[in-house]
Amino acid sequence: MWNRRKEEEAAPKPAATTPTSNEFSREGIPMATMTTRTSDDSHRGTAAIGKSVLIKGQVISREDLYVDGEVDGSIEMEEHRLTVGPNGKVHAGIKAREVVVLGSVNGNVETSDKIDIRKDAKLVGDIRTARIVIEDGAYFKGSIDIARPEPPKPARPAASAAAASAAHTPLPAGAPDGKR
Amino acid sequence: MFSKRLRDMLGGSVPGEQRQDKLGNQPQQQEQPEVRSSHGLEQFFSALRDTVGLSLLDMGGASQANVSFITSLGHRLYSEDFIRSMEQTFGTADFYANQGDPARVDTFLQQMLTFPDGHFDGALVWDAFQFMSPALLHPTIEQLSRILRPNAYLLAYFHADERAATVPSFSYRITDAKTLLLSRRSRREPAQFFNNRSVEKLFKNFQSVKFFLTRDQLREVLVKR
Repeated sequence: MWNRRKEEEAAPKPAATTPTSNEFSREGIPMATMTTRTSDDSHRGTAAIGKSVLIKGQVISREDLYVDGEVDGSIEMEEHRLTVGPNGKVHAGIKAREVVVLGSVNGNVETSDKIDIRKDAKLVGDIRTARIVIEDGAYFKGSIDIARPEPPKPARPAASAAAASAAHTPLPAGAPDGKR
Repeated sequence: MFSKRLRDMLGGSVPGEQRQDKLGNQPQQQEQPEVRSSHGLEQFFSALRDTVGLSLLDMGGASQANVSFITSLGHRLYSEDFIRSMEQTFGTADFYANQGDPARVDTFLQQMLTFPDGHFDGALVWDAFQFMSPALLHPTIEQLSRILRPNAYLLAYFHADERAATVPSFSYRITDAKTLLLSRRSRREPAQFFNNRSVEKLFKNFQSVKFFLTRDQLREVLVKR
C-alpha cells in the first residue's frame, strides 16, 4: 500500500498548459474537423507569460493571454482577452476584445468590448473602447474615447425604399444590364 | 482638543469638517464622500450642451463617475491626476520649495501639458491650483490658456478661509450635471490663499471670470478662455 502511493506520487503529471495532441496536429486536419473542434475553445486554458519572462516584439494571440512578465512591442489579439497581472509590465500598443489591467501598461489600448483597470493598476496611454471600468486607486493618464457600436439599420424599410426608387428612377441609357 | 483647535482654525465649515463635527471624528466615517451641489459645474456643462465630440481635460484623475458621465454626453475625456503627478515630481517633504526650481517646473509641464494649441474644449481643474506655488502656477495657467480653444471654459475651486493652516484635497466625482461627490484625499498646507481680486488677476488674460458663492469655504470659479 505504501509503495503504491509512492509510485503514484512519482508518476509525472501532465502540465496544465501542455498542448494536447489534437492542438499539435491542428495544422494538418481538414477544415470540417477544425470547425467542430473550435466549439471547445471556451474550455481551453489561457496562455500565460510568467513574471520572469521578457518578450520584445510583436505578440499575436488567438487565445486569451495572461501577462505577468514584461512585454515590449505590440500585442494583437482582437477576439480575445488580455489580462495584465499584478507583476505585468507592458510597454506596447494593445488591440484586444477585452483587457484587464492589474499591473502596468504603457501604450495605447484599443478594445472592441471592454477595458477593466483595477485598483493599484497603472495605465499611461490613450484608450479606445466600447466600455470602461476604472476602480478607485487605479492610476490612469491618457484620453478615453468611447466607440459606440452603431445601431443596426432597419433592413426592411431601406430595402423597400431602394426597391421603390429603383422602380421609379429611370436608368441612364448607357447603364449596364446588371444594374437594371 | 487638537481637532477642536483645528476646526476652530478652519472656521468649522470646510467640506468634510461638518461631518466630523456631527459624527465625532470616526475614521471610517471620514472616508464617506460628501454630496455637493455645484452651480459652477452646472454652468460648465450647460456651455457644452447641444454639442458632442468635444475634448475635455479632467485634472483630478480618472474616476468611473467622471468617465461615465462625460463619455455619456458624447465627449472625449483626457484624464490626468495633477496633484499625484505634482507629488511625484516635487516630492512630499519639500513640496513647495521644489516648485521653485525652474528645471523641475519645466520637466513637469513638459510631461503634463504637451498638447497642441486649442486642443481642449474645456478643463476641469478642481482644486489643483490651490497647491501650486506662484512659480508653478503661472506657467501652468499659461499652458492651459494655450491648450484651451477660445471660448472654452475652465472650472476651478479655491479654498476661501484665509485662517486655515491646512486644507483638504478632494477627489471630485460627477454625479450629475450639477452634483458632485467629494472624497477627501489628504490635507495639506495651501500654497497661497486667493481672494476674488487675486483670482481675477490670475486669469487676467482670459475673457471672463465668474464666481459662485457657496455656503462652505470652497469657492467655485468658472473662467472663459
